[in-house]
Amino acid sequence: MLILECPCCGVMADETELAPGGEAHLKRYGPGSSDEEFEGYLFHRMNPKGVHFERWRHANGCGKWFLAARDTNTLEVFATYSAQTPEPPQHVLDAIRAKRPDWSLDQ
Amino acid sequence: MRRYSAFAIAREAARYHQGWERAWASPEPKKSYDAIIVGAGGHGLATAFYLGKNFGITNVAVIEKGWLGGGNTGRNTTIIRSNYLQDPSAAIYEKARSLYETMSQDLNYNVMFSPRGVIMLAQTHHEVRGYLRTAHANALQGVKTEFISPQRVKEIVPIINLDGPRYPVLGGLWQARGGTARHDAVAWGYARACSDMGMDILQKTEVTGIRKENGAVTGVETSRGFIGTKKLGIVVAGHSGVLADMAGFRLPIESVALQALVSEPIKPCMDCVVMANTVHGYMSQSDKGEMVIGGGADGYNNYTQRGSFHHIEETVRALVETFPMVSRLKMLRQWGGIVDMTGDRSPILSKTPVDGVFINCGWGTGGFKAIPGSGWGMAELMARGYSPLTAEFGLNRFKEGRFIDESVAAGVAH
Repeated sequence: MLILECPCCGVMADETELAPGGEAHLKRYGPGSSDEEFEGYLFHRMNPKGVHFERWRHANGCGKWFLAARDTNTLEVFATYSAQTPEPPQHVLDAIRAKRPDWSLDQ
Repeated sequence: MRRYSAFAIAREAARYHQGWERAWASPEPKKSYDAIIVGAGGHGLATAFYLGKNFGITNVAVIEKGWLGGGNTGRNTTIIRSNYLQDPSAAIYEKARSLYETMSQDLNYNVMFSPRGVIMLAQTHHEVRGYLRTAHANALQGVKTEFISPQRVKEIVPIINLDGPRYPVLGGLWQARGGTARHDAVAWGYARACSDMGMDILQKTEVTGIRKENGAVTGVETSRGFIGTKKLGIVVAGHSGVLADMAGFRLPIESVALQALVSEPIKPCMDCVVMANTVHGYMSQSDKGEMVIGGGADGYNNYTQRGSFHHIEETVRALVETFPMVSRLKMLRQWGGIVDMTGDRSPILSKTPVDGVFINCGWGTGGFKAIPGSGWGMAELMARGYSPLTAEFGLNRFKEGRFIDESVAAGVAH
């Protein structure tokens, strides 16, 4: 069972307490954007086999949104962190690189 | 290729079964092919088969990372139906269902197609209205379905509980010519027929890169060296995103785990397929007597072919409500597969931004039923550049907003 530590309330939450919210750090496009940008924002996903940043909500707990860095190939969790971050913070990148030395953010 | 027949069984019985040939060859890869299909699952092999049968293109390789039919083709719950709401879906799924009817004869391989009938239960008033609408749409599309009463449901499935604790059965969408088939045999039958046409099926050969020149494909890097081609079909389900990344484009796809399980074998008790989409579970009985059970997919990205335990619990709970007699059954096996979910939950059969690269993916939780139709359409798309079966399933539909809005309409078990 997937267990994530909610960074808002500090609870180690089972996945039955959590609601998945899809890929994190999507750049929003709205009125005035090109068709390609809007299509990318709505539909295109990284879907990596490896390190993945994603949104979660502690639905049956404190109710807050947060973000997680996880490996989709090993189900390893690197870190969870605040949803109020436009890109992964340094300590999360460090936690990933400690276990995946070859990994880079633009993959 | 020696044909399989009653006579062949008698002949081999008379000589201690020494004369059976290998069903397909395991050749060394050639330097180049007219067309390469990545993925030797049902959809990939069907594409290769119809490239040869309908268009005479037989200089084809089917490249497979693992073993033939070892992905979702061998992991699904073998249900075949075509009772979809939207015209493009009904067209391709009904084409597939009709090809299943004669597949054993066409391939000279017993795929055990069993048109035992499929019921999709309506358990809320919304579902009743939705399925009535689907039944009317199916009448216009020439797909034979009917909306049946709870009493008729009980006649067809005596073990069902019409007055469940949460959702009573209010009716059902019945497709009498839907059913099941032996999933492995579908892959094996196509592989044998492809090999017989002179195609190379390269198992344990992993594609590691896609080579391009001036925006057009020139071949694939594999674990057994470079293989050239001008036409590449990517038919890899859960790993579509990985292959698309190699080719240099992105897909509106996310890969998630979907699980299934089977019970211990019991005596025949249910001779059709029942899907209960409101409570999220579906069940049929295999020829061995096992109850074959499926449910919902996980909600987050996953490439491990393992799913979450609580989904098994939810699925089993739904089935115990619907069929109280299964409450004491022991479960024998449970497994997962990686399914590729698109934004509108309909498949993608399309050209791509790279010239000569075609993609067939996004079948999500319901690809097995579509294998022959998908292969038929994909082969036409690769050979001619256009197929009426696949025209509405292009990648451009996401940019243009022409979604095939099937996930809410058909109550597919997502």
